Amino acid sequence: MRNVLAIVLTALALPALAQEGGPQLERAPIDPHDKISLQRGAQIFVNHCLNCHSASLMRYARLEDLGLTEAQIRDNLMFTTDKVGDTMTAAMDPKIAKAAFGVVPPDLSLIGRSRSPDWLYSYLRGFYADPATKTGWNNTVFPNVSMPHVLSEYQGVQALEIRKRVDEDTGDTKATARLALARPGSMKPVEYDHYVADLVNYLAYMGEPARTSRTHWGILVLFFLAGFYVLTALLKKEYWKDVR
Amino acid sequence: MATQKAPVTGLGPLNGVVTWIDQRFPLVALWKEHASEYYAPKNFNFWYYFGSLAALVLVIQIVSGIFLTMNYKPDAASAFASVEYIMRDVPGGWFIRYVHSTGASMFFICVYLHMVRGLMYGSYRRPRELLWIFGVMIYLALMGEAFFGYLLPWGQMSYWGAQVIINLFGTIPFIGEPLAIWIRGDYNVSDATLNRFFALHVIALPLVLLGLVAAHVMALHEVGSSNPDGIEIKDDIDPASGRPRDGIPFHPYYTVKDMVGVAVFLIVFAAIVFFTPEMGGYFLEANNFIPADPLKTPQHIAPVWYFTPYYAMLRAIPPLFNSQFPGVAVMGAAVMVFFVVPWLDRGRVKSIRYRGTKYKTWFTLFVIAFLILGYLGVEPTTVWGEFSKGVPVVGGDYIALWVARVLTVVYFGFFVLMPWYTANDNEKPQPKRVVW
Repeated sequence: MRNVLAIVLTALALPALAQEGGPQLERAPIDPHDKISLQRGAQIFVNHCLNCHSASLMRYARLEDLGLTEAQIRDNLMFTTDKVGDTMTAAMDPKIAKAAFGVVPPDLSLIGRSRSPDWLYSYLRGFYADPATKTGWNNTVFPNVSMPHVLSEYQGVQALEIRKRVDEDTGDTKATARLALARPGSMKPVEYDHYVADLVNYLAYMGEPARTSRTHWGILVLFFLAGFYVLTALLKKEYWKDVR
Repeated sequence: MATQKAPVTGLGPLNGVVTWIDQRFPLVALWKEHASEYYAPKNFNFWYYFGSLAALVLVIQIVSGIFLTMNYKPDAASAFASVEYIMRDVPGGWFIRYVHSTGASMFFICVYLHMVRGLMYGSYRRPRELLWIFGVMIYLALMGEAFFGYLLPWGQMSYWGAQVIINLFGTIPFIGEPLAIWIRGDYNVSDATLNRFFALHVIALPLVLLGLVAAHVMALHEVGSSNPDGIEIKDDIDPASGRPRDGIPFHPYYTVKDMVGVAVFLIVFAAIVFFTPEMGGYFLEANNFIPADPLKTPQHIAPVWYFTPYYAMLRAIPPLFNSQFPGVAVMGAAVMVFFVVPWLDRGRVKSIRYRGTKYKTWFTLFVIAFLILGYLGVEPTTVWGEFSKGVPVVGGDYIALWVARVLTVVYFGFFVLMPWYTANDNEKPQPKRVVW
C-alpha cells in the first residue's frame, strides 16, 4: 500500500519537477584547465562508466592531453585493450547489456556536448531509491532511466521526499519534491560532489578534446587579426584622404 | 600578323611578363573594367560591406569544404564517426570543421544584411532588376546548399531536419509522395539520401553558386552600383574627365575600404570559431552530437536559425483537408516573392532616406516580423503559453501560433500592398548629388 502511494505521489511530483524546460539543473563546478581533476575524472570513468558504456571515438593515447605519459595510461587506465591507440570499448558485451538493461548503454564520447555538463552533474547526483522501477533506482533529472545508481556505494542511498503544501490564496495543493540522504555512503555529500564534478569535467573534456588548444590558438589569432585591422584601417585612411 | 597591343608600363620588372600575357589575354582590359576604372559611388556606408564579405565567406566555405571532403565519409554507417575523426584525429581538423560550420551561419548573416541593404536603398530598382534576380537566385541556391550540407554530419538533427523538410515536398497534391521518394531515393532518409546530398552539396550547388555569383557581379558592373541616396552617379558625368563626379575607382578606394571590413569580420568570425563554435546551440545544435537514429524522433525538431522565419510561417498556417500543403505553399511564396519586388515598388525615390512615412512604417514592420518569426521558429509553439479560451473556427490555442499568423500577414503585406503604399507616399525630394 505504501508503495502504491509512493508511485502515485512520484507520478504527481515528477511533472512538476520536469516543468518548463526540464528539471532544475545544478551548475557543474568544473574547470577544464584543472588537469588533476581531469586525471581523477578519467580514472573514475574507466573504473565505473567503461564497464557498460563505450567511448568509441576516444583513443586512450589522447589522454596524454591530461599530462599523463603513455606508460601511466597503459598501467593505470587501460583494462579492455593493450593498444594505446585503441578507442575506449566497454567491458560488457552490448548484447548482454541490452538483455540486462533493456537498452544498449549509450556511447559516452560526446555526452558532454549532447547533454550539458550541468545536466550530467545534476543527473549523477539525482539518483534515488524507487522500488517501483526494475533496477530499484530512479532519477530526478532523467525519470525512469534504465541505468542503476552505479556510484551508490560512495553517495549512499537517497530518497525522494514529497511535501504537499496548500496554497492559501488559490486552495490548490502543490507538491514539491526534495532528495534526502536515507543511508550515507562511504563519502560525505561534499566529497561525493567533488567526485562527480571530476567525472563530469572529464566527460566534458572527452566531448571535445581540442577545446584547450582551440582557445589557446584563438588568443593568438585574435591578436594577429587586431594587428591586421590596424594596418588596414591606416591604409584606408591614407587612401581616402583626398576623397571627401 | 595582327597588330599587337601596346606594351604594359609602370609595373617595373613585371612589365615584360604582363605585356606577354596581355597580348594573349585581356588582362589589362579586365582589370580596368572591374577594378581600376570601375567607378563606384563615394558614399557607401556600413551596409555596403556585406556583398564583398559574402563573397569572402563563399571562398572560405569552398576552401574549408575541400579539406573536410578529404576525411569525411558520405556513408550512413561511418559519416558521424568520420566527422568526429576530423574533430579529434586530423591535425587542425577541428579548426577546419568549425570554420565550415561557422561559415554556414555567417554566410546567411552576410546575405540577410546584404538583402536588407538592397531593400532599404532600392538597389533592385530599374536598371538593376536582373542584378536583384540573380541575387535572389543566389539566396535560393544557398538555402539548398545549406540544407544538403546539414544532413552530412548525420546527427539526430541532421536526420530529422531532412526528414521534415523532405516530407514538406510530400504534401504537394498528386505528385507529392513520388516526389519525396525521388528526392530521398528511398522511403526514408537513408544512406542513398546521404550519398546524393553529398554530391549535391560538394559539387552541384557550389557550381551553381559560383556561376550565379559571376552573373551577379557582371550585372552589377554593367549597370553600376547604387548608393545610400538611391541616385544614379552616371547621370552626372564630369565632361573634362568623362567620369561620374560622385564616383571613385573601385581600386584602390574600395579595395582598401573592404579590407577594413574583412579585418573586422574575421575578428568576429575567429571569436566564434575559437571561443564559442556552438554559438549557444544556434550554429551547432546539442542534439546533433547524437548519431542519427531513424527509430528515435527527437522531442523538438527545429531547423537551423537561418530557416526559422519560414519554419514559423509553415507551422502557423492551419492544415486544409488534412494537408499541410497550404503552409508549404506559403513558405515557398515567402521566398519567391522577393523575385517580383522590382515590379511592386512604385515609389519615385529609391532610398529609404527620402521615402515617406508609409514605406518606412511597412519596412519597419517587415523587419520586426521577420526577426520575431525567426525567434518563434526556434522555439516550440508552446513557448508563450495558451489563450485561456480556444479560438473559434480556425482553432489553435497557442499564443505564439497566433502571433506567428499575424506576423505572416505582416510579412506578406509588406510585399503585396507595396504597389499601393509606395504610389502615393509623402516622399522627400531626392538630392542631385550624393550626400555622405
